[in-house]
Amino acid sequence: MYEAIEQLLANNDIFTLSTVLEYWDGLVMTVQLVFLSLIIGLVLAIPLAIMRTSENWLVNRSVWLFTYIFRGTPLLIQLYIIYYGVAYIDGIQQSMFWPIVREAYVPTLFAFVLNTAAYTTEIFRGAIVATGRGEIEAAMAYGMSRGKCMRRIILPSAFRRALPAYSNEVIFMLHASSIASVVTIIDITGAARDVYARYYAPFEAFTFAALIYLCLTFILVFGFKQWEKRWHRHLRPLSS
Amino acid sequence: MSQTAALEARNVHKTFGEHEVLKGIDLTAHKGDVISIIGSSGSGKSTFLRCMNLLEIPTLGEIYVHGEHLAFKQLRNGDRAPADKRQVEHMRSRLSMVFQSFNLWSHMTVLENIVEAPIHVLGKSKAEATEHAKELLERVGLYERRDYYPAHMSGGQQQRAAIARALAMDPEVMLFDEPTSALDPELVGEVLKVMRSLAEEGRTMVVVTHEMAFARDVSNHVMFLHQGIVEEQGTPDKVFNNPDSERMKQFLAPKY
Repeated sequence: MYEAIEQLLANNDIFTLSTVLEYWDGLVMTVQLVFLSLIIGLVLAIPLAIMRTSENWLVNRSVWLFTYIFRGTPLLIQLYIIYYGVAYIDGIQQSMFWPIVREAYVPTLFAFVLNTAAYTTEIFRGAIVATGRGEIEAAMAYGMSRGKCMRRIILPSAFRRALPAYSNEVIFMLHASSIASVVTIIDITGAARDVYARYYAPFEAFTFAALIYLCLTFILVFGFKQWEKRWHRHLRPLSS
Repeated sequence: MSQTAALEARNVHKTFGEHEVLKGIDLTAHKGDVISIIGSSGSGKSTFLRCMNLLEIPTLGEIYVHGEHLAFKQLRNGDRAPADKRQVEHMRSRLSMVFQSFNLWSHMTVLENIVEAPIHVLGKSKAEATEHAKELLERVGLYERRDYYPAHMSGGQQQRAAIARALAMDPEVMLFDEPTSALDPELVGEVLKVMRSLAEEGRTMVVVTHEMAFARDVSNHVMFLHQGIVEEQGTPDKVFNNPDSERMKQFLAPKY
């Protein structure tokens, strides 16, 4: 077995050290991009989801419009519009921000953040709305203010309910991040495209990328499963 | 010192759309009173109870908690709303409610349910609240179950936990909204037993119930509601053995 692998490595001239390092850099880029998008998206989604359940028509509808637009169009189109669109903002090319937004990284992060925020908002909204009326009533009857009830009862209960759907969103985001490679970002997919172009070995290049995505997904699925074990004790049958 | 009622409701009306559910009801609960409110479904008894802690806003009428008047304001669309949210929150923290469907917070253990409001509404320390909660759990016979989640307990256990949660607030008045109606018949007894012991130690209670035996044996005042008005009220002896109202007689008559 070991010899077979050694044989394989000795005979391959695609996966040299420099290729592997390129994939490594791609991996770092993917992880960083996805992690930042998810964190910022999450921070935005919590207040947005609360606003989305507001009785105030204007507040509710304006958040609805945001989520409708970002869930209603492909992420790739959003990325193109933001990436190419920033250059058209009046005066941006003379401003101090130009060196930052000229690079693909910031516009890509921007598109990813808004996209995941839109989906996460709707996931949380559904979970907030599903909070038992009786539980909210009990919170009110015990003298909690609306804000305290939101913080202590509704959100903790809603986050638990949202966890399975949110873990899906995280995995989708990881995979959707591969389109960053179309705007020159060298993520895992970007690295695979480079390797493909250099050696004309599409099968090997993309299969290797796929394996990396699989490993990342495995880690995420495992992590969320542990999280659910902690957070879903109240939903499971008593025996387990 | 003159006796200030722990809870007083005057001329409470409640209208839902066109439908007038409550047509002017008064209630005075002095310290140590156990008042049972009985009546058939739709008589407005639960709505009346919910008006007293403003889960429903009375269309007309006034509420006093230990003499303190609850202020209302008129909204532009003609509805009434509490004038001061803080006052309502404070008032609610002095009246604790036990619900028909328990309404325990499902993501918290029994112990967490009980210490929640004392810590986050009354501002007690965690240690103090936990200490008190454990005594209460001992008392309702659930100490062993303190780390269980509501979904893992029977209805009777959940309702006893909910009563412990209500007691943890050291309430001036406890409001019970049909506390045994959602329970299997064999679980009703364990809840009534706890409620009877509360009555015996002098807790002020207002109980909406279908349990005639409880109303007769435990309370010192019974109100019979019919179609939004008080048809009959007085001591249990008077209401059950010598009612004036025809409705009350019909209500007590054997149904089959």
